Amino acid sequence: MEAIDREKVQQAINQFAGKDVYVHLETTNGAYASHFDENAYNVGAFIRNAHVKYEHGKIVGTGGSYRIGLKLDLGWVYAEGVTDYEVDDQNRLLMAGHDREGRLMVALEISETPFTHESKED
Amino acid sequence: MSHEHVVVIYPHPDDESFGASGTISKYREQDIPVTYLCGTLGEMGRNMGSPTFANRETLSTFRKEELKKACKALDIDYRLLGYRDKTLEFEQREQVAAHLKEILQEIRPTLVITHYPGYAVHPDHDALGAAAIQAVADMEEDVRPELWAQAIATNFEKTLGKPDIIHDVKPYWDKKMAAIETHLSQASGMMSLIKNKPDFNENEELEHLRYERFYRWKLEE
Repeated sequence: MEAIDREKVQQAINQFAGKDVYVHLETTNGAYASHFDENAYNVGAFIRNAHVKYEHGKIVGTGGSYRIGLKLDLGWVYAEGVTDYEVDDQNRLLMAGHDREGRLMVALEISETPFTHESKED
Repeated sequence: MSHEHVVVIYPHPDDESFGASGTISKYREQDIPVTYLCGTLGEMGRNMGSPTFANRETLSTFRKEELKKACKALDIDYRLLGYRDKTLEFEQREQVAAHLKEILQEIRPTLVITHYPGYAVHPDHDALGAAAIQAVADMEEDVRPELWAQAIATNFEKTLGKPDIIHDVKPYWDKKMAAIETHLSQASGMMSLIKNKPDFNENEELEHLRYERFYRWKLEE
């Protein structure tokens, strides 16, 4: 992944608009947050392979951290704190926000094919 | 000629290295075979390497490779159970237990090591520990292995009492560090913690890693 280039990401978002796509959306502060800090709460949510179609989407933000909103017929897909992106070898748009230690805090991914649950074969 | 065989059941690649690699090394030194049944590929992990080299979609492939290296370093066999990270507690426990029982009946271990349900911090640890205990309980008595459960929750000794087995794994420290280090995507934070404060007396995390503690699980008759 590399630091977000807003224009490139906007172009990629545009390419998926109006198509049936699969979305992975996630946020997490890790399963050990309250183990290492008793005042912290473990918070997380993910949805894998939401099958949606968005009319349009936008990436907005400054200072290296971005928000992304995808407008659906009946609602929205939204992510905040996104810092990095990659269009991978399967033409999927992978976006994520990482903390200073490089740990994932939020992810939003868009693909025309379902996200798999498999690792690559040896 | 010993007929002993140890099976370790944890949900994530790296649980074996952080939690039991000293104990595992001790058994391997005695030429006792060890098999790691790894529940998931840890594909929902938050650590992506430091500096970041993995992403949500590539993490499982990296972690599978890391697991393979760790098991090679520890000279143990492993099997992937194929569940998905973070979701083990939502699987039907009887099904997971039946799956584990089938493997245990094939391997015929003399000792099974797993997490202590309710005291293992991560929901996957609790869930797989509970399923592993169920699996052992469901085995016929004449083939049923001994069962050790590992608690890692803060201050677990306050409620559970002193662990039955306490392995000071200092003699196997290099092995343990080598195993942890293979988990490159996950271990960099811990490794820098260790390198910055290598003195056992001053580093609480090191103390946790040095003493591998287990409770002998007594099955209800």
